[in-house]
Amino acid sequence: MAKTNPKNLKYTKEHEWVKVEGEIVTMGITDYAQELLTSLVFVELPKVGKKTEQTKTLAVVESVKSVSDVYAPVSGEVIEVNTSLTKKPEIVNEDAFGAGWIAKIIISNSKELDKLMDADSYTKFCQKEEKH
Amino acid sequence: MLKKTPLASAHKKLGAQMVNFGGWLMPVSYTNVIDEHLVTRRKAGLFDICHMGEIKITGTKSQDLVQQLVTRNINGMHIGKVYLSVICNEKGGIIDDLTIYKMAEDEYMLVTNAGTKDKDFKQVLKVKKQMGLSDSAVKVTDISRQMAKLDLQGPNSQLILKKICSADLDSLKFYSFIKTKILNIKAVVSRSGYTGELGYEIYFNSKEAVKVWNKLLSVGNNLGLKPIGLGARDTLRLECGMNLYGHEISEEFYPLQSRYGWVVSFDKEFEGKKALEKIKVKGWEKQLVGIEMVDRGIARNCYQIFKNGQRVGWVTSGTYSPTFKKAIGMAYVDKKYDKMGTKLKIKIRDNLVEAKIVKLPFYKRS
Repeated sequence: MAKTNPKNLKYTKEHEWVKVEGEIVTMGITDYAQELLTSLVFVELPKVGKKTEQTKTLAVVESVKSVSDVYAPVSGEVIEVNTSLTKKPEIVNEDAFGAGWIAKIIISNSKELDKLMDADSYTKFCQKEEKH
Repeated sequence: MLKKTPLASAHKKLGAQMVNFGGWLMPVSYTNVIDEHLVTRRKAGLFDICHMGEIKITGTKSQDLVQQLVTRNINGMHIGKVYLSVICNEKGGIIDDLTIYKMAEDEYMLVTNAGTKDKDFKQVLKVKKQMGLSDSAVKVTDISRQMAKLDLQGPNSQLILKKICSADLDSLKFYSFIKTKILNIKAVVSRSGYTGELGYEIYFNSKEAVKVWNKLLSVGNNLGLKPIGLGARDTLRLECGMNLYGHEISEEFYPLQSRYGWVVSFDKEFEGKKALEKIKVKGWEKQLVGIEMVDRGIARNCYQIFKNGQRVGWVTSGTYSPTFKKAIGMAYVDKKYDKMGTKLKIKIRDNLVEAKIVKLPFYKRS
């Protein structure tokens, strides 16, 4: 069972989470997503300084059998990446909402945050996906 | 509508993630590919392989037909032996890789890949017709649907099988089989498999599939037996450098370039021989090799390979190896670059990532 989606985060339909702190967001993939992907064996991080565009590819996560894009939850610029994932991608499986964060981005348009879901809507969204 | 094996509901009950595999609804994984892979290497794994094809060939001319069909020389093959071989089209391209079971003096069973079974069957009939063999001389029957196939693989497989099979498994040699009974059900048990471990391939009436599957899982439980999906089956075979149809082999490739030269016997007649004799003299452009990533990244099927800025090949299979904890794969490269240790670049998304050619297999049971 996936962990409860924290109330203080916002979520995308592609299963990324964001934590907003002023102009900076920290982002990663949700626990629901890591559970679907199973054990990650490789994470391709974006370069610091990369310009991001909401819904465009930001990073790549790979399990033994799958290669999945991780999308930028907001437009802006990458200011920090979680380099510990390079050697230990399994941190995402262990702590998707915490130590398994992927990147920090300076937001260029804070209105984009309105397009994201809160924890309750995201939980419902996952339940719906599960039925398919 | 996807085809289902008799075990489809059993897999769902076990919580398997089911996928479309060549038109079949199959379990890709029950828990997670890495765990399933390692359980098979360390304890034992049970695989539903009912989707694969079985073709029965009987009659006084059955040996002549099989000899003409397959590339390997079956003269002198004993009853109870299993041979790995390929069958080729007239151009020498691989129609399939398969195993041949000599069941009796005038009876053979061919075990084919699932997706190729129908074209294999057509090829058998084509060769039969070319040879002018009558139905009374040789009979060809597709018995795939009546036949269940379970693979029991791993160091504990023999101990587990002994619990429900009284046959003398200790003296059963690699690539040999016995006709025996499991739970009072007639079965063919061969010591073979697709994982590189001690293991068995078990054939019996598909009506009994659920019964045998459940019984094996329950008697094997305290020896660490787990059901294993196709995900781990793929990583297990790749560590052993074994080919998978549609990846390393297809009608586009000759057995000589795909490390199947050893199953081609030029000392007898067979379909595709003339073409392969020419290829043997002329040589071939691309050679199948093993690769290992030097830089970070995982090579995957169809990724392109470069040397000095030129495209020189592509990856046929690539994964993260659970045993070695590194990225490995197989690839076709220009023959002039097929030497061990040759450094190559693999295009992974937008980056050229360094890899090198290594010896196959990656894994060999100690």
